[in-house]
Amino acid sequence: MINKFLGTFLQTLGKPLVAFVMNFGFFSQFVAKSVCNCFIPPFYFKLLFKQVINIGFYSVPVVGLTTLFAGMVIALQTYSGISKYGAESAVAMVVLISVTRELAPVLSALMVAGRIGAAMAAEIGTMRVTEQIDALVTLSANPFRYLIAPRIWAAIIVMPLLVIFGDIIGIFGGYVVGIYKLDFNPANYINNTMNNLQTLDVMTGVVKACVFGFIISVMGCYHGYRSKGGAQGVGEATTNAVVSSSILILIFNYLITEMFFSR
Amino acid sequence: MAEENKIEIRNLYKAFGKKKVLDGVDLDVRKGESLVVIGGSGTGKSVLIKCIQGLLMPDSGSIKIDGVETVGANVDIHKKMGMLFQGAALFDSLSVWENVAFTLIENDKMKRADAKLEAIRVLRQVGLAPDVADLEPAELSGGMQKRVGLARAIINKPEIIFFDEPTTGLDPIMADVINDLIIESARGLGASTLTITHDMASARKIADRIAMLYQGKIIWSGTVKEMEKSDNPYLQQFISGSSHGPIQVEV
Repeated sequence: MINKFLGTFLQTLGKPLVAFVMNFGFFSQFVAKSVCNCFIPPFYFKLLFKQVINIGFYSVPVVGLTTLFAGMVIALQTYSGISKYGAESAVAMVVLISVTRELAPVLSALMVAGRIGAAMAAEIGTMRVTEQIDALVTLSANPFRYLIAPRIWAAIIVMPLLVIFGDIIGIFGGYVVGIYKLDFNPANYINNTMNNLQTLDVMTGVVKACVFGFIISVMGCYHGYRSKGGAQGVGEATTNAVVSSSILILIFNYLITEMFFSR
Repeated sequence: MAEENKIEIRNLYKAFGKKKVLDGVDLDVRKGESLVVIGGSGTGKSVLIKCIQGLLMPDSGSIKIDGVETVGANVDIHKKMGMLFQGAALFDSLSVWENVAFTLIENDKMKRADAKLEAIRVLRQVGLAPDVADLEPAELSGGMQKRVGLARAIINKPEIIFFDEPTTGLDPIMADVINDLIIESARGLGASTLTITHDMASARKIADRIAMLYQGKIIWSGTVKEMEKSDNPYLQQFISGSSHGPIQVEV
């Protein structure tokens, strides 16, 4: 009786553990192969350019809107919080630091993960279940070089540009609220912003953007590449790509912040 | 004679978890021969073809192409092979001619203009008009997609061509057209072909030799004439399409 119970218990515990270890192994192997193939020719520049447009250009509206409203909200919230201490002049600085260090990189990455990570998983997943990836192999093309490397490079190149764009729009959002809602002096607001602008703050955002771009592209490609079954499998891959990349973005956001700003 | 074999498979095993799919397959494809492997759904036909192509790694066994061992070896076998997939597997993101000329552009580094002309020539060969070249694969019917897939498979003049269920999903007339194209293409190139199918009309038409795969093993092989006369009960049940016999279908 006890043996049977123990057997069932260990089986219940062991199955997910074995599955986890196997998946971790597959994932590690996938990441290693992807990274290696990013540096091995042939390089598909036309595909890279296509991905840059897809990830970068078409994400501009969503990143712009997100960071604009984030900057506006931060300006309002900061003002309502600190005006009772007579520190209204700090609003520009708080907007600047919040947007450049955190809001622009994290919100942009989460938006791109939702838009591009899902699209990558769906596209590669569909290619997997319709045997297009097998067809690539039979045509002597390496799927890692043809499909995955251009997406990783494009995400790493484009994400910092999107984040810098998000920085500008977010700060502009804070400026709009500061001037038209809170009646700050425009020249003072701009002066406060420029005086507090630190290279480190912007660079932190850029470094985060590169890491987030890598995470989004790798998770999107991984879940798509490993999808199976059919429409349901592709759907699961898409969901998993967005969820896993969003969680990793938040974890790595903390780790990078800790690396740059911990005393 | 081993040297006459284009593909030589010995003791090939492949399992997925506890399910043994290939259980000691021995099979030869001779030079210039059209071999058709028949068998029911789930008997491992596609797994066999994927193992030969290097798309799946067998658990054990030997696969030799032109006498060269390919299992576990780092050799590029795909340049001498072409494959027509069951669903054609055309790349959605490329036009028809880009699909057909893929290997010319990516591997042979042919100029795009020249590659397009060559793609149009091969599309004509499989009975498609030049104006199809600029269409997207999604705009084509199933039969046209198979023809494009065939054009892609033969454009680099392969020595071995694989056909995975070439007539599945096609009406009988279109299936016969595809069969004719397969015969013409293979004979024109002098290629060895390995076809997997459960369409007996197709098998009878294109095969020089037929092999039957059942429970992971080749249980019979011979010519079409020998097949018709065979008293192998498994083979007879399969070609007659009867639900009664030694092959038990899990419902």
